[in-house]
Amino acid sequence: MKKFNKTQLMYCLMALPGVLLLFVFCYIPIGGLVIAFKDYRYDLGILKSPWVGFKNFEFFFAGQDAKRILFNTITLNLSYIILGIVVAVLFALMLYNIRQRIMIKAYQTTMMLPYFLSWVVVGCMAYGFLNPTAGIINGILEKFGVDMIDWYAKPKYWPFILGFFSVWKNVGINCIIYYAGLMGIDDSLFEAADLDGASRLQKIWHISIPSIIPLIITMTLLALGNVFRSDFGLFYQVTRDIGKLYETTDVIDTYIFRALNTNGEIGMSAAVGFFQSIVGFITIVLVNWIVRRIEKDNALF
Amino acid sequence: MKKEKSIISHIWLILASILCLIPFIVVVSVSLTDEATLNEFGYSIFPKTFSLDAYKYIFLDPEPIIRSYGVTIASTVVGTVLAVLVMSFLAYPLSRQDFKFKSVVSFYVFFTMLFSGGLVPSYMLITQYLYLKDNFWVLVLPGLVTPFHVILFRTFFQQLPGELFDAAKIDGCSDVRMIFQVVLPLSKPVFATVALLGALTRWNDWYTCLLYINDENLVTLQYQLQRIMKNVELIKTQMSNMPMQMMNVDVPTESVRMALAVVVSGPMILVFPFFQKYFAKGLTVGSVKG
Repeated sequence: MKKFNKTQLMYCLMALPGVLLLFVFCYIPIGGLVIAFKDYRYDLGILKSPWVGFKNFEFFFAGQDAKRILFNTITLNLSYIILGIVVAVLFALMLYNIRQRIMIKAYQTTMMLPYFLSWVVVGCMAYGFLNPTAGIINGILEKFGVDMIDWYAKPKYWPFILGFFSVWKNVGINCIIYYAGLMGIDDSLFEAADLDGASRLQKIWHISIPSIIPLIITMTLLALGNVFRSDFGLFYQVTRDIGKLYETTDVIDTYIFRALNTNGEIGMSAAVGFFQSIVGFITIVLVNWIVRRIEKDNALF
Repeated sequence: MKKEKSIISHIWLILASILCLIPFIVVVSVSLTDEATLNEFGYSIFPKTFSLDAYKYIFLDPEPIIRSYGVTIASTVVGTVLAVLVMSFLAYPLSRQDFKFKSVVSFYVFFTMLFSGGLVPSYMLITQYLYLKDNFWVLVLPGLVTPFHVILFRTFFQQLPGELFDAAKIDGCSDVRMIFQVVLPLSKPVFATVALLGALTRWNDWYTCLLYINDENLVTLQYQLQRIMKNVELIKTQMSNMPMQMMNVDVPTESVRMALAVVVSGPMILVFPFFQKYFAKGLTVGSVKG
């Protein structure tokens, strides 16, 4: 019995630093969400600032910005999630289709390179292409006698530009994940299909893709749960935080950041953040519940 | 017949690879082109002229860059080592069937993946209550526990053969010795994976700096680049001990940005690909659910 206690004590001591860190940096901020219902004043602190009920929320939802940033957040993130998965699965299938090991390795390494960059550097690269006077793209347009485009002043192009960079940066790593999934397929399935005279496309459609469906669902779920949380770097660095582009590129995270950092609207940004946390939580639980009902094994929890 | 059909795959993959490489080439090429050419012809994929002016300019006063390298290296090393320690310690009990609070602590850890306070409360906590603004530790402490990485550790520990533990126990191995002589030696791959993932995140971090650092001495590399992307003139003011006659030199604005991007990301871009398999492994194990 004494031995048992000693082991348990060791386990508890081992877990303690992590548990404490999570408490401070995750659980206290969850409690801090009450700021959303307060008129925050620096001199009074979180606890003593006066309650204002839903005023911060009213302020946000009554404004012009709410509709725009909610629309941007959902449509952009959803399309980038879908685009990212489709492209990664396609390239994984192509990698699976070739047999030369050296080439597989070479493709994987090259496509993985952007993953190692920070969004700052990606923003720098984007600027190299889109710089209105010297950029590569305008150089090409000029050569073909097409009018140059002042990219950083034309919001309508940016959903596509950001989509490109979102896929560009992550295609390598996602592709490797799906490729690893494909590598796990039992070869005898393909041998059986060969005996039955299945064509290459039939094999992909009836063996390869169904085998990685659980993986695709898990990855989609993980991504969907964060549909209200955007990759801040993508929307902040690649657009260079240029005001003219907010119309199509401003999302919840960039909005909160600006409200907090530039405008000092603490109550309102906290309200938006509260909304984001709650809706995000509901989304992931809901999506998981749906998947559970369809195929229990694919659910996350 | 097989070969013929895979050609289409090759073509697409080659196109994708080119698309992934071109931005790198453009950045290097612009950084090596002199300002006059850039002003006249714009950027090009291959340099029309060759000049090291931009690099020379950056290293006129290398101090800010060296300092930023120092901050980035320090926060990466300290942060990664601490993170790996804390998370593996947290994950080990979670992987053991006999841990009394296993389910409670598991829920406690993984709940933070589903629900979080978001930016504003964290910002208030760090600046108003923990006084970590302009403090080196703000670059290290908040990100030490990543639930996803705890899952990686836990899953790996769980997969270690149970007979090993039983055998060690029968031989009279204590719990502490078990960790150091049985678990650790077998778990090198997962330690490598988490360390690399953590190092990459920390090396590329600019967000923490953007939020919490105003002190020149604590600016990380990526944030340094971000500031100069926004305002090239900044580089002039930073070089306080630049020789007087250089003060009047025009900043080669266009190429300096790109040269700095090369200086900032170059070393890691050369190092990380060698560890590629660990990144991939980490993420595939991670898709095994919690």
